[in-house]
Amino acid sequence: MECERCKQRPATVHLTQIINNQKKTMNLCEPCAREFQTENFGFLPQMNLHNLLAGLFHHQLTNPFGQQGIQQAVSEGEICPRCGLSERRFAQQGLLGCGECYSKFGDKLEPVFRRIHGNNRHTGKVPERTGGKVKITNQINKLKNSLKEAVEREEFELAAQFRDQIKELEKKLGGEENACVN
Amino acid sequence: MSIKETVSAARSCWTTGDGAESDVVISSRVRVARNLAEFPFPHQLSDESAEQVIQAVSLAVNNTADQGIGILEMTGMGELTPVERQILVEKHLISPDLLENYKNKAVVLNNDESVSIMINEEDHLRLQCLLPGLQLHEAWHRLSSIDDVLEKTLDYAFDEKLGYLTACPTNVGTGIRASLMLHLPGLALVNQISGVLSTVSKLGFAVRGLYGEGTEATGNLFQISNQITLGQTEEDIIAGMVSVARQIIASERSARQALFKERREHMEDRVGRAWGILKHAGIVTSEEAMKLFSDLRLGRDLNIIDLIPPDLITELMIMTRPAFLLKMSGKDLSPFERDVQRAKLIREKLA
Repeated sequence: MECERCKQRPATVHLTQIINNQKKTMNLCEPCAREFQTENFGFLPQMNLHNLLAGLFHHQLTNPFGQQGIQQAVSEGEICPRCGLSERRFAQQGLLGCGECYSKFGDKLEPVFRRIHGNNRHTGKVPERTGGKVKITNQINKLKNSLKEAVEREEFELAAQFRDQIKELEKKLGGEENACVN
Repeated sequence: MSIKETVSAARSCWTTGDGAESDVVISSRVRVARNLAEFPFPHQLSDESAEQVIQAVSLAVNNTADQGIGILEMTGMGELTPVERQILVEKHLISPDLLENYKNKAVVLNNDESVSIMINEEDHLRLQCLLPGLQLHEAWHRLSSIDDVLEKTLDYAFDEKLGYLTACPTNVGTGIRASLMLHLPGLALVNQISGVLSTVSKLGFAVRGLYGEGTEATGNLFQISNQITLGQTEEDIIAGMVSVARQIIASERSARQALFKERREHMEDRVGRAWGILKHAGIVTSEEAMKLFSDLRLGRDLNIIDLIPPDLITELMIMTRPAFLLKMSGKDLSPFERDVQRAKLIREKLA
């Protein structure tokens, strides 16, 4: 059999691809198979992070008793009210559907974060506009630490300064919250 | 530079051979993932909402004029021919994922091609900065200021505790992926590459081939990138990458020096053969080309051969990729014709 791509060398690699339940077989020579694989990324065995991750999440979903009835009942799992993504689909594809999914599936994602990142709290960049409140909260927390340290060192004047700064920021934060309600 | 010029020239900001440690580090890339709060993530979007995302980003891009971040130009993926789209992948300006379902996707480029923004890839926005040599800090600063300007117009999906929300939980938090393209022929020749790379992966960094996830390393080119995106600051992540890179650079250099000292004739022979084949061969596969380019690059870095300008090899690497050859010859090519065309192009460029 000759390679169906270059039609020169004998076909030694037989690739089977299943897309949407359609089976497709290709008979290629080795150099063509290699080129084909680097050109068509989707073709490579999907041993990527998404799948590993889905496995991690799925593990928690799977019923340890494996009884058919119970399995059926939990098969779709919870569903995100905003985008309609089900737990099961997340477990299959490893992608969340929208920002809301993070709060909907929050408890279950927690161990996933710990496994991937070893952490569950963001400490990096905060967007200027959307994250204004977070920025202030972070500042307040920092000042509270400084205040505590100042008190411990009995530097009360400095401590008073920190206290005033905290009050100022808390006022700002309160103001913004009200603005949101209105 | 307009998009038409971008897809006609192999040269790009990252191919110039400038930047620190450019004997080992070919390029530095930083990308961040951002999503718009009001839309579901791209894989859950209808065609109509995908178009709305593109419109929203387009508006934000228009608002960046006179903000000191240069000129940004947006192009819908549907406006390009398949070959042009593939060329953007071959130039590393977009990922192969942007080619799937391309009608709902767009790309934004700045004038020197150092910055590109993919729209509706896995996340609504994937901003990347690609620079030559070891310049991760510089890449992050450029990217962050563009991110700040866009955020004046766009509402990002951001959570107080989790940071920037992304479609895949592996990107949540900073959404940052910093990566380096490294040329490691010395370590490969002294058979220490697997040891070094497995140490790197134990430190929490991923090692990949040239064209991303799941691809093989050809021409002794390796990509290393961070895996953790949550719980560390962007600066810490980059500093960690740089310190690992410095160690790899040091061991690569000592491997090269040892080879040059102890096996000088072998090295000169190797480089000379690569030069000879590339200058005279009539049929060259892409794999063979990558291997020979690696030898040539090593020869230049060891001063065995000094006729080659620093940017030429990187440009040749891009020019000899399938889509580029197609574009230059202006017609469809069979794999065999491609190998002939490739050899011809290399001969011309090295003449």
